[in-house]
Amino acid sequence: MRRQVLDGLLEARAQRRAVALITDLASGAQRLVPRSEAARDALADRLEEAFRFDQSSSHDGQFINVHNPPLRLVIIGAVHIAQSVIPIAQQLGYDITVIDPRGAFATGARFPGVMLHDEWPDEVIPTIGLDPRTALIALTHDPKIDDPALKLALASDVFYIGALGSRKTQGSRVARLRETGFAEADVTRIRGPIGLDIGARGAPEIAVSIMAEMTRALRLGA
Amino acid sequence: MAASDHTILEQAARWLGEGRKVALATVVETWGSAPQPVGSQLAIDAEGNFIGSVSGGCVEGAVVTEALDVISSGAPRLMQFGVADETAWKVGLACGGRIAVYVEPVT
Repeated sequence: MRRQVLDGLLEARAQRRAVALITDLASGAQRLVPRSEAARDALADRLEEAFRFDQSSSHDGQFINVHNPPLRLVIIGAVHIAQSVIPIAQQLGYDITVIDPRGAFATGARFPGVMLHDEWPDEVIPTIGLDPRTALIALTHDPKIDDPALKLALASDVFYIGALGSRKTQGSRVARLRETGFAEADVTRIRGPIGLDIGARGAPEIAVSIMAEMTRALRLGA
Repeated sequence: MAASDHTILEQAARWLGEGRKVALATVVETWGSAPQPVGSQLAIDAEGNFIGSVSGGCVEGAVVTEALDVISSGAPRLMQFGVADETAWKVGLACGGRIAVYVEPVT
């Protein structure tokens, strides 16, 4: 591998651009293909599949190594459950951003080593951007804080949207969003009550159920 | 791609920046049950320091040894590990799978 290829991989990662490195295993020849140009490549079909399923593979002596942007989790609400979600999500490779306009919640002491924003979600989210390698979970229970974030998530192609709250809370949330013009197909993207139904009790188990559901969405698209 | 791939590549770049010679080992194919998915990487410097994983520990030692050869020869090579392999007794995969690892110098 040439140094410039290594630098290209690191640069793509820093800019959240998906690239594939194709290596001819017999000759060692390598080329870097951005996802944006994959459709025009000789290996277009394989590349498309590789990017979509985040799956590196070899075919006929050509090794396709997929370098998708890092996974990212945007958490609305610097709350107790967030503190349980974060270590699991970090283990799973997510970069974490926590947003909570209530200054007393989003403090470095409660969330060491995490990107914290004590502004409103609709101020912060446009600056960080949402993409297909990003998940968003709304945990505050407060429509004033959660709803603006959910609206931005619904207008994006994030791979997972979850919102904490009971079936009743989810029902009124969906009704509110429908009133502001979102279609039924849109609002069903919000997983609520959040998480797989594993009978979770307490914050750590709820965190497990959330991250399990998120992983299923990532890997199976369901 | 494993979660920590970027730290592996970043470490490789850092070593190069310090003037060290570096090789990269990548799992390019797996058969049967394999401990690490295709794309998993190990970065190795000329002193045998390494970061990352290609097998969860089973064959790392052998890969590091090969990587030191690759660093001095400058030529990449493709290696296989598995139960059907001669070297299996020494460095085989306990899980019974087989993996192909591509080891290349970073120049």
